[in-house]
Amino acid sequence: MSATAPHRAVRGGFALLLRAEWTKFRTVRGWVVATAAAALVTVLLGLLSASGSHQSCDGVCPAVPVGPGGEAVEDKFYFVHRPLEGDGSITVRVTSMTGQIRLPDLTPGNRRVISGVVPWAKAGIMIKESMKQGSAYAAVMVTGKHGVRMQHNFTQDVAGSPGGVSKQSPRWLRLTRSGEELTGYESADGRQWTKVGTAHLTGLPAAVQVGLFSASPGDLTVTPGDFGGSSAASRFAEATAVFDQVSLQGPVGGGTWRPDDVGVTLNPDGSAHHPGGFKESGSTYTVTGVGDIAPLSDGQQIENTLTGVLTGLIVVIVVAVMFITAEYRRGLIRTTLLAGPRRGRTLAAKALAIGLVTFVAGLAATTAAVAFGEQVLRANGNYILPVTVFTELRVIVGTAVLFAAAAVLALAVGTLFRRSVAAVIVAIVVIVVPYILATASVLPASAAQWLLRLTPAAGFAIQQSIPEYAHVLGNYAPSAGYYPLAPWAGLAVLCGYAALALGLAIFQLRRRDA
Amino acid sequence: MQATIEVAGLRKRFGHTMALDGMSFTVTPGQVTGFVGPNGAGKSTTMRVILGLDTADEGTALVGGRPYTSLRRPLHHVGALLDASALQPSRTARNHLLWLAHSQGLGAGRVDEVIEQVGLGSAAQRKAGGFSLGMRQRLGIAAALLGDPPVLMLDEPSNGLDPEGIIWMRGFLRSLAAEGRAVLVSSHLMSELEDTADHLVVVGRGRVVADTSVAGLIATASGGRVTLRTSAPPAAMAALTHAGATVTATGRDTLTVIGLAGEHIVSLLNRYAVPFSEVSAHRATLEEAYMELTRDAVEFRAAGQEAAR
Repeated sequence: MSATAPHRAVRGGFALLLRAEWTKFRTVRGWVVATAAAALVTVLLGLLSASGSHQSCDGVCPAVPVGPGGEAVEDKFYFVHRPLEGDGSITVRVTSMTGQIRLPDLTPGNRRVISGVVPWAKAGIMIKESMKQGSAYAAVMVTGKHGVRMQHNFTQDVAGSPGGVSKQSPRWLRLTRSGEELTGYESADGRQWTKVGTAHLTGLPAAVQVGLFSASPGDLTVTPGDFGGSSAASRFAEATAVFDQVSLQGPVGGGTWRPDDVGVTLNPDGSAHHPGGFKESGSTYTVTGVGDIAPLSDGQQIENTLTGVLTGLIVVIVVAVMFITAEYRRGLIRTTLLAGPRRGRTLAAKALAIGLVTFVAGLAATTAAVAFGEQVLRANGNYILPVTVFTELRVIVGTAVLFAAAAVLALAVGTLFRRSVAAVIVAIVVIVVPYILATASVLPASAAQWLLRLTPAAGFAIQQSIPEYAHVLGNYAPSAGYYPLAPWAGLAVLCGYAALALGLAIFQLRRRDA
Repeated sequence: MQATIEVAGLRKRFGHTMALDGMSFTVTPGQVTGFVGPNGAGKSTTMRVILGLDTADEGTALVGGRPYTSLRRPLHHVGALLDASALQPSRTARNHLLWLAHSQGLGAGRVDEVIEQVGLGSAAQRKAGGFSLGMRQRLGIAAALLGDPPVLMLDEPSNGLDPEGIIWMRGFLRSLAAEGRAVLVSSHLMSELEDTADHLVVVGRGRVVADTSVAGLIATASGGRVTLRTSAPPAAMAALTHAGATVTATGRDTLTVIGLAGEHIVSLLNRYAVPFSEVSAHRATLEEAYMELTRDAVEFRAAGQEAAR
């Protein structure tokens, strides 16, 4: 009776169960076809939505500057500067910050402009690698509503002391440069100095530009929609700051201050649209600026090519549920448990099998969708916000993990319910429906955010390629592609649900008679 | 590993029904053990408990001295056929066996062997959903044989087989036992087991009613009775009763004699010159023996059904 006794019997039991589950999966043509269809649908719907996005400019679209970190940036401000050829520092006193804001028109064509500054209007001192937009910089500044800040390279922001400036309570700012190290200080009286922060600008050349700047992002208004959701509009705003007590240390060249309206938009006739300005009166300097020095969020995000994921996910959920409920329906679960009587391991092997299958299918789908989708978007004149290779990989691979985790969750729900229809409905209600509710502009933003924190739909956060910046005012709503949780945290929530459901399913499977 | 199944004191309750009520028996190697009893007597539940699918409230069930759930690669120890229809209809017969083989570290070669062994070679690539019940039974047997196990447990394997298939199954089970395996075959029809089983475990109402060899059971049921055919029943009755036998008239010219051997009866009748045309030892059928044994259980159930109306 041992004629056929296995001489390969040394292999681990779990690997055998895993292989058996893979054999089970691949030998039911319907499941294989459906999984391939899920991948295909993910790609095709992504491409369809990409092909529907068009953008055109008069003539050639202007190049978008890219910051040192590789992100698209807005680098538009008024800069009054001189060259600095080595180590040195600049110290100023800011005595005033005022501005103008255009409010929404009550009667069309009738401009309503009031005086005031937007919260992130900024003015102060800056050391910048060059006059090229997107080049490295560090700056110490006062802001409209966020007190003193030290910012560098667009994405980095450190808070100093709060409060605005006026003639009665001016603010002293100082920025020193020592090699690649820049340090910001502030003071209320010019004698007692407090360090605000330090920036390390890798590769900063000896010759840099040092000076005074002013900028004001547009005034953002977010209007709640009639049926939930919101719409955002941004209108012109400018900021004017008054500096005195300006002193420069170190090898400063150039003799006089040179004003530059960096990145100013030009009208068709070549004149500046919303120009900034500079006035020098004795030792007092008045600088007016429009624009912002911040990461840019206007443009197509790479995850816009993944709109087909939702549909693909529904198909994957159905397949994953059927992978177990078909066994209950036919009584095949008993055969499965005869072959692997340690039930926890057997179900874990099944979960791993469906997880791996859907991960591979998902990875193929997301890779193709992003790669081809980007081509389609670019061909239609769209600007795609650049991201690092790591971020792009995270979006592509993470979305494949999203498929796998959803499949494991669906399998576990199928094990708990033992019936296809009920399990499919429950899995879709917990994974897909919260995402649709949160992103389809039907709920208030806060409710949408809670859905994306608490439900398995939090996993979609892995797709967000452009982060939310605390120092840039924006409409960071789920409907605009911004998730309340960080990408990996969101995915961890989904994986946590999948692990929890699988644990419950194993517990139930062990407890019940088969 | 010893090729045995040991069941001791199994109890299991489903709601108000006592499905198993102290079920105990042992299955030994080298013979076919029939596991027989009316529907609902607890045969399938016992098999599921032995295989670790159901949990008993009390008692133990061991295969080769170990609980099924502790076996590594269990199909090398026990082959079981519980429900031949437990198949994914869209999977081919061969692929059904292939995943099972993979789960036990076996390859496709072994799958092809057992498919041939049960005579499904030509249907191997067909989807199991299109199989007749008989073909499914054969596929189930093939699955049970995959790991070449010393112990086999088959629940109603002849169900749905055509007469030719039943004869095949009979020979197949006998040859498996002849190879030294322990073979436990359940059936609710004693007649199915008549020429197959060497040993019988008869169950009713969740417990063992009889645990005996087939020969012994028939002998018990026959009870040493002799049938006598005579044209003078009163004379015969007087002569035999005088000699100490119990005689009952079972027909116009037939008597049943208990307590005297055949030869003794013949010599007595000759001595008293009583004419007779036939003296034969009565041999009960297995069916009769079974009916006798399970009458209590059946009566109980009939009464229960009566009361339920």
